[in-house]
Amino acid sequence: MSLFNVFNVAGSGMAAQSTRLNTVASNLANADSVASTRDAAYRAKEPLFAAIRNGLDGQPAEAGSEGVKVLGVTESPNAITSRYEPGNPLADTDGYVYQSNVNPVDELVNMISASRSYQNNVEVMNTARQLMQKTLDLGK
Amino acid sequence: MSQPIDNLFGMHTGALALWQRRTEVLASNLANADTPGYLARDVDFRKALAAAGGNGAGNLPLAAPTQGQIDPVAQARDTLSYRVPTQPSMDGNTVDAQQEQAAFAANSVHYQASMAFITAQIRMLRTAITGGQG
Repeated sequence: MSLFNVFNVAGSGMAAQSTRLNTVASNLANADSVASTRDAAYRAKEPLFAAIRNGLDGQPAEAGSEGVKVLGVTESPNAITSRYEPGNPLADTDGYVYQSNVNPVDELVNMISASRSYQNNVEVMNTARQLMQKTLDLGK
Repeated sequence: MSQPIDNLFGMHTGALALWQRRTEVLASNLANADTPGYLARDVDFRKALAAAGGNGAGNLPLAAPTQGQIDPVAQARDTLSYRVPTQPSMDGNTVDAQQEQAAFAANSVHYQASMAFITAQIRMLRTAITGGQG
């Protein structure tokens, strides 16, 4: 029954997109956070997706039936900027604080893309469910 | 045991299996819409038809690893083709979400059409069995 496979595939897609949504939330929440050293500053995170070449049960996936997995979370290599704020309790001895390299516009675009992809997977799942239901009702 | 059933519904059981398979492939494409380097695939109907109905010369080609055994995985792989991308993308992904969604919608209508044929056949048989009483 290959329609069952659709649930696995769409489910893995939803899981991956929700991870992406999570990192976006984390990035936006930390967009204005500052740190006292360049190394401690928050760097924007982004998940890295890959197709599942092996099925969810460890068996080799059937051709064309590939889910998504999150390989890992990468951190943005963009430069960390510093700001002169001697009054800030987090400022270093020279009076500088280091702010995160989150670009809110990037994150919002990412968020919309993730939510659209998530919705696509939900629709796929809904349709597959309806088709299965109708198949079960066959002959009634 | 399945032989009379297959004869009863003609090509529609096979068609149903093919639509199911295509649903799965299109779902994979949509799930991997953001995966770098993923190549979108689809069922090649010319190949699927050839695998199901022969090559037109009256031969029925069956992929059989051993005699009397058919390998559905190999057959399924043979009937898949890669989609030709309409526009290039930076990460090598060839999924066009709109195109896939349209194909998915069309596919589910096809599936329902095949099911409607089977339902009509069942209804007809029931009428024949009950003589129109049931």
